Amino acid sequence: MHSTTAAVERVFREEYGRLIASLVRRFGDIDLAEEAAGEALVLALEKWPASGVPPNPGGWLTTTAGNRAIDRIRRERQRDAKHQAALMQYDDSPHEHLGPVEDDRLRLLFTCCHPALAPEARVALTLRLLGGLTVAEIAQAFLVPEPTMGQRITRAKQKIAAANVPYRVPEAHDLPERLGGVLTVLFLVFNEGYLASGAGDPVRAELTGEAIRLTRILRELLPQEPEVAGLLGLLLLTEARREARVRHGQLVPLAEQDRAGWDRALIAEGHDLVRECLAINRPGRYQILAAINAVHTDAPAVADTDWSQVVALYDQLTQLDPSPIVALNRAVAVAELDGPKVALTLIERLPLTGYHAWHAARADMLRRLGRTAEAKESYDAAIAATQNSAERAYLSRKRGELV
Amino acid sequence: MTHYLLTVHGPAERNEFGNYGSKEEMEAAFAATGAFNDTLHADGYWVFAGGLAPATTATVVDGQGETPVMTDGPYLETKEVIGGFWVIDAPDLDVALELAAKGSKACGGKVEVRPFDGLA
Repeated sequence: MHSTTAAVERVFREEYGRLIASLVRRFGDIDLAEEAAGEALVLALEKWPASGVPPNPGGWLTTTAGNRAIDRIRRERQRDAKHQAALMQYDDSPHEHLGPVEDDRLRLLFTCCHPALAPEARVALTLRLLGGLTVAEIAQAFLVPEPTMGQRITRAKQKIAAANVPYRVPEAHDLPERLGGVLTVLFLVFNEGYLASGAGDPVRAELTGEAIRLTRILRELLPQEPEVAGLLGLLLLTEARREARVRHGQLVPLAEQDRAGWDRALIAEGHDLVRECLAINRPGRYQILAAINAVHTDAPAVADTDWSQVVALYDQLTQLDPSPIVALNRAVAVAELDGPKVALTLIERLPLTGYHAWHAARADMLRRLGRTAEAKESYDAAIAATQNSAERAYLSRKRGELV
Repeated sequence: MTHYLLTVHGPAERNEFGNYGSKEEMEAAFAATGAFNDTLHADGYWVFAGGLAPATTATVVDGQGETPVMTDGPYLETKEVIGGFWVIDAPDLDVALELAAKGSKACGGKVEVRPFDGLA
């Protein structure tokens, strides 16, 4: 009995994005879609334990939820004829502006990541509607109280309805710009999982997993876009090192990781994607980041890392994205080629004094240069600037090792 | 189709050329706005539009009491005010935003896009 409940919930979670997206396309109403999906889940929980999970559970949920939505529209029409007259004008035909690719989830992903919505609302809405995470789970992931997150999501849904944000994949000429917003959201979701900003679990595998799952869907739908392949490659090559990255509650930096603990299957898939991007030869930010991670995961030991290749890739990335964060990462790689003194000069130029990674990188260079007192101060500043428990534990150890 | 209010925001203080730097700039913006209005008509998005006299010419009326109370000046004393607006009828927000971008470029001001909740 209990295992069936768990099975129903697992199916529901897996099917949720597809279910909501098809209901939104049919009825043009996110609230109605969510309510109908919820009713279908209740019915499944009642019926499936006795009858067994149907052979096509996704199809069962879609049909059941669709019927529930129509029932609801009929009920409300009787109560409020005028309002429902508008609701019944739902679009059951193909959209007049067909984008280059048709898929309900892709349409909804572009709606959730619409530039007219606040960036934090885009991430939350994507996780809620396509990831099937509960408001409570999303609130926990982003360390805000549940009512705040609930309000953020409700407000975004109200704006979508009132302002008539379309459910469609943008036209080809808008796609590159809009795709960028979608990739940013997926990357943010992953990063929040990979190095959680809060004091709770240092790594949140459910968020990294969800970002990868959504990026895989995007890749299926837009197989020709090298930046989508690049982002998927980047996420897989990063995820491959997740298990080796935390030991005894402490962050383990790349150089000290046990490379036998890396996931070889994910690395192989990531390398294939990077090769595919190279063949397409339309480089972009995520492809270059994926290539950098490919260089790291190619090296059997840290000493084998081709640092000149890493620095060359960061130079290429700087051309596209001359941000101080990119410059910081580049400087860390430069330290391996030209030594910590050169790297420290590069680091100290950057306006990142509020960023824990800047302090941590500076501390590391000072430590390597034997400037112990300054290194200690920098470690303290880095520890103060991060809430992540694994990162704090690692930085505290490094500081403690200084004499 | 959804109706949207497109409001143009600019400095409350105007010079002799409106909010523009020179007579030439003002005339260029007027011509571009006129051309933009023509495309709104031609493409069927036009509902209504207009430029507003300076905010200092506004009067606030509170008619909730027994006798209406009049106050000289705008409702909010701000550095930026609405200088003009369009009401358009567009299929969705993407179209409205695209039109707002063109209108903003034409008139030389920032444009706020806000959907109507309903129309009388």
